[in-house]
Amino acid sequence: MSNLIVVGISDFKIARVPDILVTYALGSCVGTCLYDTSLKLAGLSHILLPESSICKNDNNVMKYADTAIVELVRLMERNGASRYRMIAKIAGGANMFASTGTSVGERNVIAVKNELNKLGIRIVAEDTGKNYGRTVEFNPEDGSMLVKSVLHGIRVL
Amino acid sequence: MIHLENYENLSETQKDVLREIGNIGGGNAATALSSILTGRVNMSLPQLHIINVNEIAELLGGPEKEIVGILVTMTGDIQGMLLFLLDKAFTHMLINVLLGKSIDSFENINDMDLSALKEIGNILAGSYINAISTLTGLRIKLFPPDIAVDMVGAILNYPAAQFGAMGDKVLYIEENFSSGQDCVKSHLLIMPELDSLKIMFDRLGV
Repeated sequence: MSNLIVVGISDFKIARVPDILVTYALGSCVGTCLYDTSLKLAGLSHILLPESSICKNDNNVMKYADTAIVELVRLMERNGASRYRMIAKIAGGANMFASTGTSVGERNVIAVKNELNKLGIRIVAEDTGKNYGRTVEFNPEDGSMLVKSVLHGIRVL
Repeated sequence: MIHLENYENLSETQKDVLREIGNIGGGNAATALSSILTGRVNMSLPQLHIINVNEIAELLGGPEKEIVGILVTMTGDIQGMLLFLLDKAFTHMLINVLLGKSIDSFENINDMDLSALKEIGNILAGSYINAISTLTGLRIKLFPPDIAVDMVGAILNYPAAQFGAMGDKVLYIEENFSSGQDCVKSHLLIMPELDSLKIMFDRLGV
């Protein structure tokens, strides 16, 4: 029996077969799926903002790209994974309102990519940017990322 | 200048003032909507919420609920945003009445329909801004409305990210409008920035 493990905003969780990770309605937020291919251990992070430095008295490391990704990697490694076997798939980072100028979504995507690059984790698939929301499901069984949207269909990456 | 560190420190009087602004603005908005829709539009009593921005989507039917979001940004003496969230039935009713159509699905909404909805956003936002300006004498300008047809959770990322840097709690005044037997619904979230609230309260001496 597989369980759906829900990852909220400013949150991350890990899962093993047969469970499935899901995070709902990413707008400008970015969902990062990390996957240890040989252990079949998966992690999913849902960040709201790129940098923790913009808010001084906030200690939720899961909220910001620059603190969340590295913490999720540590959590997965404490559960037996190795960053050298990890791959990443990312989705989200949309600009929901076209007229609002500099997009937080775009900055979120750049920040997540920077972190993954620093950790030496390769991005093998991404569905980012544009102007619509995405729900992401990650299946540790085969490492597939399902991306659902309201008006732009479903993609499997 | 009054001392106000975060939204949770508001006094009861200050909360009453915000509800009253919601009441007056909402009354204007309901009147405007009634004349556009040529039917009675009812308005609920305004509610004041000070909650974690991540929890708003849950209150509105869950993050994946499909909705139309019309964003109007306030600038001038008051900074903040107004966000109208229209459920499917309310959206269809507005488009059908305004443009003489009979659409019943989000997939069929075209640019002309979106433009008409934005205009409604403009009219509603104007109703509230007039209420705030009249009470406080402050000058508020509105940016042209922007619109998204999407999951409510994704739409709410925008205020979450804007206010996220200031803490997880936001303040919003919520009002629900309904019309007809179907009781179609819309929500309005008025989200002023903390500094702007201080300016408003200062003007009103509360």
